[in-house]
Amino acid sequence: MKPTRVLGALALITLTGTIALGLGLPATEEQQTYARFVAIHPPLAWTAYLAFGVTAAASALYLWPRTRRARWDAVAEASAELGILFTGLTLVTGSLWGRPTWGVWWTWDARLTTTALMLVIYLGYLAQRSAVDAGPARAKRSAVVALLAVVVVPVNHMAVEWWRTLHQGRSLVSLNPGGQLDGDFVAAMFLGLVAMTLTYAWLVVLRTQLAEATGRTEATALDDALAARRREAVTT
Amino acid sequence: MLHDATLVAAKDLRIERRSHVTSRQVAPFALLVLVLFAFALDPDRGVLDRAAPGLFWLAVVFSAVLAVQRSVAVEATDRAGDALRLAGLDPAGIFLGKAAAVAAQLFVLEALLAFGIAVLYGTTLRAPLVLVAAAVLATIGLAAAGTAYAAVAGGLGARDTLLPLLLLPVVAPVLLGATRAWEASLQGVPGEALPWLELLAAFAVLYVALGIAGYGVLQEES
Repeated sequence: MKPTRVLGALALITLTGTIALGLGLPATEEQQTYARFVAIHPPLAWTAYLAFGVTAAASALYLWPRTRRARWDAVAEASAELGILFTGLTLVTGSLWGRPTWGVWWTWDARLTTTALMLVIYLGYLAQRSAVDAGPARAKRSAVVALLAVVVVPVNHMAVEWWRTLHQGRSLVSLNPGGQLDGDFVAAMFLGLVAMTLTYAWLVVLRTQLAEATGRTEATALDDALAARRREAVTT
Repeated sequence: MLHDATLVAAKDLRIERRSHVTSRQVAPFALLVLVLFAFALDPDRGVLDRAAPGLFWLAVVFSAVLAVQRSVAVEATDRAGDALRLAGLDPAGIFLGKAAAVAAQLFVLEALLAFGIAVLYGTTLRAPLVLVAAAVLATIGLAAAGTAYAAVAGGLGARDTLLPLLLLPVVAPVLLGATRAWEASLQGVPGEALPWLELLAAFAVLYVALGIAGYGVLQEES
């Protein structure tokens, strides 16, 4: 069995386990059944940060002349796309949890605001990638943008954190369930963490393979078309 | 590096003096934004005066996007940017020069906008030293980040639409810091502006350093 398939199978098994364990969690006094979001929301957020971290690492490897391979550029792009997906899901699950628990879909909490800004920053990263054709120039420029983004996210976080603490104080309790939720919740969250990480790894491998295959097809597309026309000409 | 920066800044400001794009297009746009805010928010309820620092800096940030776009357009015309590179100027010098020219134009705009909020929104400009310090630090940060990201979007076909998407989330700390510092000054508690001035200074130093380090690579690839 191919390693990618093993990874995929493990991802699906752990995801199924997370869903089963998450849905089986009891309702809590404070958060009712919405406490079950702990099985997916923090793992999604963790995976989003992991994905953007991998984008930065792959970009640094591309920029470093000794480790410069087109594959690192493909990994950076794949990971950024998945980072956006996981950040989007983090915000959606957070909103779905926040509405019944806090009474609002959205609040200007430091962590939420930073996450939303992070989403836009990486949308910009993908937008600048899509504005030009693939090649070493795009790869190098994208790598610089990805490294700039890694600097931007903590600066934004610091600014927003100050904004909320200096201005009117943190109005919301942290999402960290450690103090309020017992062992079953923690177990579900950790299984979710493993499941999301495996899913991310699986998708990143598949997306990178797809990008490389597309690159190969594009590189030989003209030659292939010419060869096909010649064959037609010979046979007719 | 500084010599090259002076040359580039003088060149950009000379082009601006002759073309009048900032004075005849960007400055009226900035004032128009102040007027549009008054249409959007009720001018009779004191909302404008309370929100003046935020509206002022939002107008500055929008104008900064235009000023930076203009700064790139100057180099894109007739491939002038290539000539600049062929002239053997230090990329860090080019970055500093272009950022300084953008900053100089933004200072003029800010003076105009400050007059605008005093007249249109009835805002009293208190603690001018803090206001100026915040404006100087924020402007350096805006110009440096703007020029760095302009280099990213520089050679791309869709640069006019791409630049705001890349730049605006990055300058969020400047908008936050400058607004809070001005708010503290205008409310008569300039001491509360200090942490925000530190944030603005850190942002400015960071983006000037990143620009100096990365501009050469970005310029090569544009």
